[in-house]
Amino acid sequence: MKILAIETSTEACSAALFIGDECHTRFELAPRQHTSIILSQIKLLLADAGLNFKQLDAVAFGCGPGAFTGLRIATGVTQGIAYGADLPVIPVSSLAALAQGAFRCHQVESMLVAQDARMSEVYWACYQIKDKKASLIGEESLGKPTAIQPYFDCAWAGVGSGWCEYQAVMLAQVATPEQGCFTELYPVAQDIAYLAKSYYLRGEVCLAEAAAPTYLRNQIVQNR
Amino acid sequence: MRVLGIETSCDETGLGIYDTAHGLMAHALFSQVEIHQPYGGVVPELASRDHVRRILPLIKKVMAESGSSCDDLGGIAYTAGPGLVGALLVGAAVGSSLAMTWDVPALGVHHMEGHLLAPMLEASPPRFPFLALLVSGGHTLLVAVQGVGRYQILGESIDDAAGEAFDKTAKMLGLTYPGGPALAKLAEQGDAQRFHFPRPMTTRPGLDFSFSGLKTFARTTWAEHAPDEQSKADIARAFEDAVIDTLAIKCKRAMKQSGLKDLVIAGGVSANRALRGRLQSLVDKEGGRLFCPRAEFCTDNGAMIAYAGWCRMLHEGKKQTAFAVQARWSIESLQPV
Ligand SMILES: Nc1ncnc2c1ncn2[C@@H]1O[C@H](COP(=O)(O)OP(=O)(O)OP(=O)(O)O)[C@@H](O)[C@H]1O
Ligand SMILES: [Mg+2]
Repeated sequence: MKILAIETSTEACSAALFIGDECHTRFELAPRQHTSIILSQIKLLLADAGLNFKQLDAVAFGCGPGAFTGLRIATGVTQGIAYGADLPVIPVSSLAALAQGAFRCHQVESMLVAQDARMSEVYWACYQIKDKKASLIGEESLGKPTAIQPYFDCAWAGVGSGWCEYQAVMLAQVATPEQGCFTELYPVAQDIAYLAKSYYLRGEVCLAEAAAPTYLRNQIVQNR
Repeated sequence: MRVLGIETSCDETGLGIYDTAHGLMAHALFSQVEIHQPYGGVVPELASRDHVRRILPLIKKVMAESGSSCDDLGGIAYTAGPGLVGALLVGAAVGSSLAMTWDVPALGVHHMEGHLLAPMLEASPPRFPFLALLVSGGHTLLVAVQGVGRYQILGESIDDAAGEAFDKTAKMLGLTYPGGPALAKLAEQGDAQRFHFPRPMTTRPGLDFSFSGLKTFARTTWAEHAPDEQSKADIARAFEDAVIDTLAIKCKRAMKQSGLKDLVIAGGVSANRALRGRLQSLVDKEGGRLFCPRAEFCTDNGAMIAYAGWCRMLHEGKKQTAFAVQARWSIESLQPV
């Protein structure tokens, strides 16, 4: 199975190519530079593997929640490739990718992922590793840092930039992650690709034109 | 060569396919007017979100209508500015990645060059050189055009664009968004003799425009008179006459100054029938000709971007591994082809 994955929902810009059990990745921390990087990352990955787009099985993308512009870059690029090469799309949550990354790097298995959403809010969700894959408990939400709820009956970790930005209030008013906070992680394409593989096997794919960002924040126009 | 054009600079998703042998083969548009109507103006984030939903179905539509497959395409052009960055990025991302997948060149096109070249899609197109009056929601430009990419700005608005003035005045009069066409319609019922609005910046030399004072003048007049339907129509008429008269005076001046007799008008406001009539009699008197796009190609559309992209890609098409958009971008900085 060959899956191309991209993730641009934060300052990090990455692409990954999953071929069988091997994952090749390109990563760059590049605030506001995603448009000048992402296509060449993809091209280089394919060239190094000696593949063309038609030989892929699917394109996966980090669909958010995250920075709106980044989400639309990922969605747009994915749509173009998927339509152009007639491939199915696998949307993967950027919060799930973050949880997967925390498991991969720090071996934590129960996580409350909270990403800074600006405007004094966080995108948050609880994830638990099941069968080596990040699996959502409850749903993904947007809310005040004090609204987060750890749905765990075991020790858990805090993951994501929200635990850096709002750590004081979150620790004081909600709960203390016994396994610590991992605030320096970014959602990356490698984890998108890994999760996408299992979604693909379960048939959780969509058409290129149905690929859409998960914004969570839908109150765009302030009430006047 | 066959070029797919993508326009997403503001609140319309537009697609077009232009081909050397067949000319314009297909075009499709989705207008977001209804999405923005409740807010009385374009909400950039909502515009960006909707482009994401519309763009692929429209690409599929023009590909099917033109009977094109990826092998027929020689390149993909997308609007790279000026416009709303978030909206532009949608077209740029999809266009560039599709071009990469199909292994064809991609090119970022200047939105106002698209407007300027739109009359080239008509049965009797203008020939270079000519004078162009670009009047749209964001721009009022008088341009001496020697060829594709050879533009000299002779005059521009120092404040509101012509279309913006139409829209703001219409909003003030309580007309629904987008106000320009509604105001023009209302003006037809207006008495041209009742009010007289100033013709800004016409008494001193120069080719620049200023329309923000007219909107204020309209507001003051509206406040001073009974808020009845007839007064509303009369104000609309006086406003429209003032804008058109001002544009015509400057066009005449620019023709004299540049020696160019043929006039091209483009951009949303060029759909205005009274403006077309007025400029037609001007060029008739001056011994030139007037060229306008068909009504649907006055406002934003993908056909004009396909055409502008085609003009440039005949000479400068390159495969790309990056894309970029710009909110502001002077038409004068474009390279000649
Ligand atoms: N019949 C008309 N009379 C006057 N104004 C009109 C008419 N039809 C459209 N307009 C105006 O044209 C403008 C829209 O044109 P267009 O779509 O070219 O502008 P835009 O794309 O928003 O701006 P720009 O091209 O400068 O980025 C609006 O301001 C609208 O009110
Ligand atoms: Mg326009």
